[in-house]
Amino acid sequence: MSIKQRSKSLSSRQSELSDTFVQLEVLNGRRAVDVQFVPFGKKIAEHGHAPLKPAALEIFQINVGKLCNQSCAHCHVDAGPDKKQENMSRATMERCLEIIAATPSIHSVDITGGAPELNPHFRWLVETCRNLGKKVMHRCNLTVLLSNPRFADLPAFFAEQQVHLISSLPHFSKNRTDSQRGEGVFEDSIAALRMLNAAGYGKAGSGLALDLVYKPSGAFLPAGQGTLEPEFKRQLKRKYDVDFNSLFCITNMPISRFLDYLLETGNYAEYMEKLIGAFNPATVPGLMCRNTISVSWDGYLYDCDFNQMLDLKVAPAHSRHINDFDSKALDERAIVLNQHCYGCTAGAGSSCGGEIA
Amino acid sequence: MAEKTYFDPADLKKFGNITEFQEEMGKKFFAWYGEVFKEGALTEREKSLIALAVAHTVQCPYCIDAYSHDCLEKGADEEQMMEAVHVAAAIKSGATLVFGVQMMNHVKNVSM
Repeated sequence: MSIKQRSKSLSSRQSELSDTFVQLEVLNGRRAVDVQFVPFGKKIAEHGHAPLKPAALEIFQINVGKLCNQSCAHCHVDAGPDKKQENMSRATMERCLEIIAATPSIHSVDITGGAPELNPHFRWLVETCRNLGKKVMHRCNLTVLLSNPRFADLPAFFAEQQVHLISSLPHFSKNRTDSQRGEGVFEDSIAALRMLNAAGYGKAGSGLALDLVYKPSGAFLPAGQGTLEPEFKRQLKRKYDVDFNSLFCITNMPISRFLDYLLETGNYAEYMEKLIGAFNPATVPGLMCRNTISVSWDGYLYDCDFNQMLDLKVAPAHSRHINDFDSKALDERAIVLNQHCYGCTAGAGSSCGGEIA
Repeated sequence: MAEKTYFDPADLKKFGNITEFQEEMGKKFFAWYGEVFKEGALTEREKSLIALAVAHTVQCPYCIDAYSHDCLEKGADEEQMMEAVHVAAAIKSGATLVFGVQMMNHVKNVSM
């Protein structure tokens, strides 16, 4: 069925939050809100983690663009069907691949968007990464598989390429899913999951990993994966005969559209208090920014996808673009921090792979 | 000082302050409370749904806020939460109606 978009991009609404500088002003209590919180850098310094330095670079995360068939209420990318320009070119991908090939410590390429399948070079990128011997993690929003007949063979393509799929499904209930991602998304997501199951994904012994991502549909924190995963498995199997491997519980970062939601609903201060109150220093060594580098559609380098969406480029001034990639300078950099980082250190922690501690 | 209302949502955050007037009992209560809600024979989500139901029967606005939020965090959905409230309502109304038997007994005893 067709999806009724849940939201519009901040830029199409001409929201002042589409300016990342404004978002940082809000997060630092200088605009729109009258609360200030302990700076994240100071908080981790109290626990002996400042400056935060990277470990070995293992994951090369490529955001291939902001074009998406969905426009979710919480999207930290501000992605949507209107984002037709901000998409990665073949030349930029080629430069990424040169870096990946030249960096033996990189074992995985993490492809994200938007809906990466909408980038015309997506399949070529996957195949080339696999030919380089790298593991490919792909963040598939599920519904894109049903958005156009030309995507119907993607489950077979993913299986052939042994792609590790990571897909968002905020809940096993239609209401909670559609309230975040748009009316009709749940139904299409279940249909897509069945297509993937039929291709072997999520099935025991197939070797084809299908992990789901849970992000709360509102201003609250996720429960532990140990609590939610069995319930998701039980309910999806019982109601829809759907299988998957693991559930990643990811905290919503107070940026972009989710920040807009928090401000609009008057939940901002309480949400930040919850994040900060749940600060867990044990999560810091495992933060994804320590083993990942994130590349934007136009080739700029960031410590993580969230910094990318706030346009907080990596620290070394001479190595902020893939054309100037200086691996030694990046290995020695200090990771750029701001108040949104509390989202990754709350409770059991949060990363693109779910819990940390 | 005149209070505007008996129930101020901000008071929920001060719950821990009850130890100020009786520290030992308060600490014991919170330690026990924490144990009660840990995963055991029942899951944390099941306990949270029970708490939500009880909160409705004792009509505690703090508890209703707290456990509506907690149920969401534990992964419950609206349907499960409303079913829990219906369970509470069914027991409460059943407890009223079952006294109907007493009423009937009395009526029959004094009637020809």
